[in-house]
Amino acid sequence: MRPDLDIAHEPGVAKPDPVLTIDGMRRAFGGLMAVDIAHLEIQRNTITSLIGPNGAGKTTLFNLLTGFDTPDAGHYSLDERLLVGIPAYRVAQHGMVRTFQLTKVLPRLTVIDNMLVAAKTQPGATFRGAILGGWHSAERQNREQAMDILQRFGLAAMTNEYAGSLSGGQRKLLEMARALMVKPTVVMLDEPTAGVNPVLIQSLLEHVKDLRESGMTVLFVEHDMDVVQSISDWVVVLAEGHVIAEGPPTVIARNPAVIEAYLGKHRGEDVD
Amino acid sequence: MDWLQILAAGVLATIGPITAGYALSAIGLNLQFGYAGLLNFGHVAFMLVGAYGTAMTVEFGGPLWLGLIVGIVSAVLLGLLLGIPTLRLRADYFAITSIAAAEVIRLVVRSSWAQPWTGGVFGIQGFADDFHQLNPFPTAELYGFGQFVVTGRSLWVMMVGWALVILATLFVARLIRSPWGRVLTAIREDEDATRSLGKNVFAYKLQALMIGGGIASLAGILFALDQQSIYPAGFEPRITFIVFVMVILGGAGSIWGALLGAAVFNFLFFATDSMMARLQANVDWIGAILSPAEAGLIKYVLVGIALMLLMVFRPQGLLRSRAEGRADAS
Repeated sequence: MRPDLDIAHEPGVAKPDPVLTIDGMRRAFGGLMAVDIAHLEIQRNTITSLIGPNGAGKTTLFNLLTGFDTPDAGHYSLDERLLVGIPAYRVAQHGMVRTFQLTKVLPRLTVIDNMLVAAKTQPGATFRGAILGGWHSAERQNREQAMDILQRFGLAAMTNEYAGSLSGGQRKLLEMARALMVKPTVVMLDEPTAGVNPVLIQSLLEHVKDLRESGMTVLFVEHDMDVVQSISDWVVVLAEGHVIAEGPPTVIARNPAVIEAYLGKHRGEDVD
Repeated sequence: MDWLQILAAGVLATIGPITAGYALSAIGLNLQFGYAGLLNFGHVAFMLVGAYGTAMTVEFGGPLWLGLIVGIVSAVLLGLLLGIPTLRLRADYFAITSIAAAEVIRLVVRSSWAQPWTGGVFGIQGFADDFHQLNPFPTAELYGFGQFVVTGRSLWVMMVGWALVILATLFVARLIRSPWGRVLTAIREDEDATRSLGKNVFAYKLQALMIGGGIASLAGILFALDQQSIYPAGFEPRITFIVFVMVILGGAGSIWGALLGAAVFNFLFFATDSMMARLQANVDWIGAILSPAEAGLIKYVLVGIALMLLMVFRPQGLLRSRAEGRADAS
């Protein structure tokens, strides 16, 4: 499904079938307003990029949406379920999973254990379940699913290696693969291509597209404009905590407000 | 110089109730520190609560079996009370608050205010007669051969102690090899990543603290039953750090490591103690430069050197694999 390109290209525009809706969300650090978003909708089953200059509030917004930080005001809902103020692990259980700018694999666990930790249905993951036993059939199913995903991400050969022995790019892939074990509806990727060698970037982006093909919604922060242009359905531009523009990537690239935010206000003017 | 005697001193300490007790404590700490990554610097408090819970119950007229239950349950509750306000803190702050809590408990127990209940600095004695009456071995009989003999009294405590060690190890093994244990290990590796995958990190850490504390209470109880005497000075913070050394020595996060660490540590400790005492008494020039008390301290130096060598040549501990150590470094 492609996004409806007929909708207006303006900040806070209403979209058909939004999966994520943000309202009046504000977060200040001391005197600095890091995030101040009046209204923002993320359309279901699209790849939406979140871009903006350094310090625009992208990662703060990610933290607010995933329960790693609490907003000073405002709320947001996932699938019409209000999520604000609940802890990070509950946000994940509700179907919104994130990755991190600095990749967080579990180094002294094997690749397969990294995957299995994230498994959504596993009665043996509770203390009582571990004592009583009877979790082995769930484990078998989860392992099968994990092997499937690892195969797709080209990590099957590394199944029993410690995650700490993987290369930077492989860690990014593992983190993304692991997120899928939670069976999310929304996947939030914080700079998935940072520090990944150019050869691997293409295959990584194919995986991001696959997420959309299999029905998920992807929201990702990215700095590389070529990447943004090539795979986003929709681009949201943040600057100084505000949404200053949104629209399809080709339109955003020509938007004067965006160019101004990236390059400065007085471009081309004489300096006294 | 009688090397056999030195060996016997080391071996008897290694198979004795002291090592069994330390092994229990190390198994509890290994669950908390080795698997969940909790820097619990107040571990000795769980041993104290176990020992005092048992002794005080008997002192107030309760049966010994009830005392054992009170001891264990109190330690588990201590884990809950200590964990709720502190486990949300960062690892280093948790370490500070846990050692402070353990010291507060010890100082309250030894205060003159608490003396009517705890015996203050003098502690409580003679509360485990019921336990020793169950002993099937004649108390004064000697068992073993040559230099390697133990009394019937020790044999009984040893058997109970090592049975508890095996049971605790199997219990922890069952937990760790389950998906629950995998989540616990994931928390040690990266708390935020585990949280982002939908796991209630706080609840897991709290469970680990409580279960590890309950196992450690068995160590305090075993010491109390063995010696028939407890007093606050036996529960100073250095006990916590000795147990940490044992866990790291054996390999933090390996199932049999805690047991092996306790055994190796106590063997080195008591064998060098015996060796230094003999050298001081029999070798003239050593006797001339070291008093008996000073010779007694050398064992700490030698154990320290042994540990440094271990950290240089096998930083992941005796029982953890090299590959795992490398994965950690990268």
